Amino acid sequence: MTTSPPDQQERRGAFSSRRVFILAAIGSAVGLGNIWRFPYVAYENGGGAFVVPYLVALLTAGIPFLFLDYALGHRHRGSAPLSFARQSRATEALGWWQVGICFMIAIYYAAVIAYAVRYTFFSVGQSWGDDPEGYFFEEFLRVEGSGITTEVVVGVLVPLLIVWAAVLLIMGLGVQNGIGASSVVFIPLLVVAFAVLVVRSLFLPGAAAGLDQLFTPDWGALTNASVWAAAFGQIFFSLSIGFGIMITYASYVGRRTDMTGSGFVVGFANSGFELLAGIGVFAALGFMAQANGVAVDEVVADGIGLAFVAFPAIISEAPGGALIGVLFFGSLVIAGLTSLVSVLEVVVSAVRDKLELSRLTAVAVVGGPAALVSLVLFSTTSGLSVLDIVDYFINRFGILLVAVVSMVVLAWFVRALPGLAGHLNRHGSIRLGRVWMALVAVVAPLALAFVLARDFLDTLDKPYGGYPGWMLGVFGWGAAGLVLVLGLVLARLPWHRSVDLTPAGSTSHAANDEEEAR
Amino acid sequence: MSTEAIVMMVVAMVVLWGGLGAAVVNLLRQDTSGEPDHTHRDL
Repeated sequence: MTTSPPDQQERRGAFSSRRVFILAAIGSAVGLGNIWRFPYVAYENGGGAFVVPYLVALLTAGIPFLFLDYALGHRHRGSAPLSFARQSRATEALGWWQVGICFMIAIYYAAVIAYAVRYTFFSVGQSWGDDPEGYFFEEFLRVEGSGITTEVVVGVLVPLLIVWAAVLLIMGLGVQNGIGASSVVFIPLLVVAFAVLVVRSLFLPGAAAGLDQLFTPDWGALTNASVWAAAFGQIFFSLSIGFGIMITYASYVGRRTDMTGSGFVVGFANSGFELLAGIGVFAALGFMAQANGVAVDEVVADGIGLAFVAFPAIISEAPGGALIGVLFFGSLVIAGLTSLVSVLEVVVSAVRDKLELSRLTAVAVVGGPAALVSLVLFSTTSGLSVLDIVDYFINRFGILLVAVVSMVVLAWFVRALPGLAGHLNRHGSIRLGRVWMALVAVVAPLALAFVLARDFLDTLDKPYGGYPGWMLGVFGWGAAGLVLVLGLVLARLPWHRSVDLTPAGSTSHAANDEEEAR
Repeated sequence: MSTEAIVMMVVAMVVLWGGLGAAVVNLLRQDTSGEPDHTHRDL
């Protein structure tokens, strides 16, 4: 027996309104990368001139790809594997590949949030003293050489447990009462907290010099292919597209929702927040440079180094530093939590759909093992090395690879684009036609394939981070390969007998969709 | 800050924050019939 669509919606859960969906989607897109990656990427790739390739990438690849994810999930009303299976049975493995990637991301992403939780409190007393770098690596993480250890760092274990408890609580409360409700609170809070941080940073001495470094355009950079690759890479990683999140979230939205209009809001909100982060971070770096009597380019950093080394130094030297610290690390925690919830929901939703489990059971089945692996791997003295390797490889040879493959498969093999465009056009305020199809079938895959190929050659050329070959093999290539194999294996397992896999293409509704696209 | 940097900062603000404003206005002008009238059960 199969279930009717209204019953499925009742069981799967749904966002109560378009506003809640948009806030949840923004919560997913706005993550750690917006705060600690974008400012550095913009600075390194033309400064003010980076606006040009960035905007081109947003409009020609980011938002069009976001629409593809929305169309799949919204049309087929399922998790990533179910939506792919309903689109074409042979593509189900792509959905499971995305699920595996999300599982892998969730287990290390939680660890970074745990660091930020501790540092929110460290900021009050500035526990790092006058050596933030030594404190972070030696006292806080107790990093010891290379290799794997089983020595537990209690200072990481406890906040990591708290992060997992919070995330699983949100997931257990459901799509609306957990994910939706937390986004409604967290996203406005994040914007206000970060805006206060930016205003405070702008009034620090030296802030103007920092902004000058960020925004002074280097127009010559626009002729450099690597700058364009950086722009496409930044947009792609920042928007949470191509690995199941937006498919899953779109499946929880009312059928008559304007998905294209919503997508533009999500895309520009994400980029707008990146700009805000760029201003705040470089104003603060300008202050740090002036305080130390050095040029701004000598203090510029990104990622872990920016958050846990440069910012603590700024906090120690700035008047009202504790406030800056609480706002900065608090923002990282909120941005990270809403993203982590979305990543894990891809897995929970897929398991629920496949096995017809209740939400609480699915959260336990997925969250229990995820939390356990996360705690085992990342609360030890070797946690940071493993995190760094998994993050590098899964981003490139997981997310980027599956994104390119799925776009090519959907556009060229399944020929799904006319039907998907037609579906979004039914209630969308921005009509999709041949231009969108060309962007998704040609421009976006080519641009992302170029980024992927460069990263692949770089990785072959120089072992990442100077780590031992066996670590790169296990936690890098091994992790990326494992999720691909898992995808193929899980796609062969049968669905619960009550799940309707009928392709939308066999209904008159789909025929109308295709007609609308013409 | 140099004039060039100020101009590029303003351009980035107008394009990205202005784009967000325009996207929100576009959405609000549309029919809101897509809003479900109740919260779906999710157990």
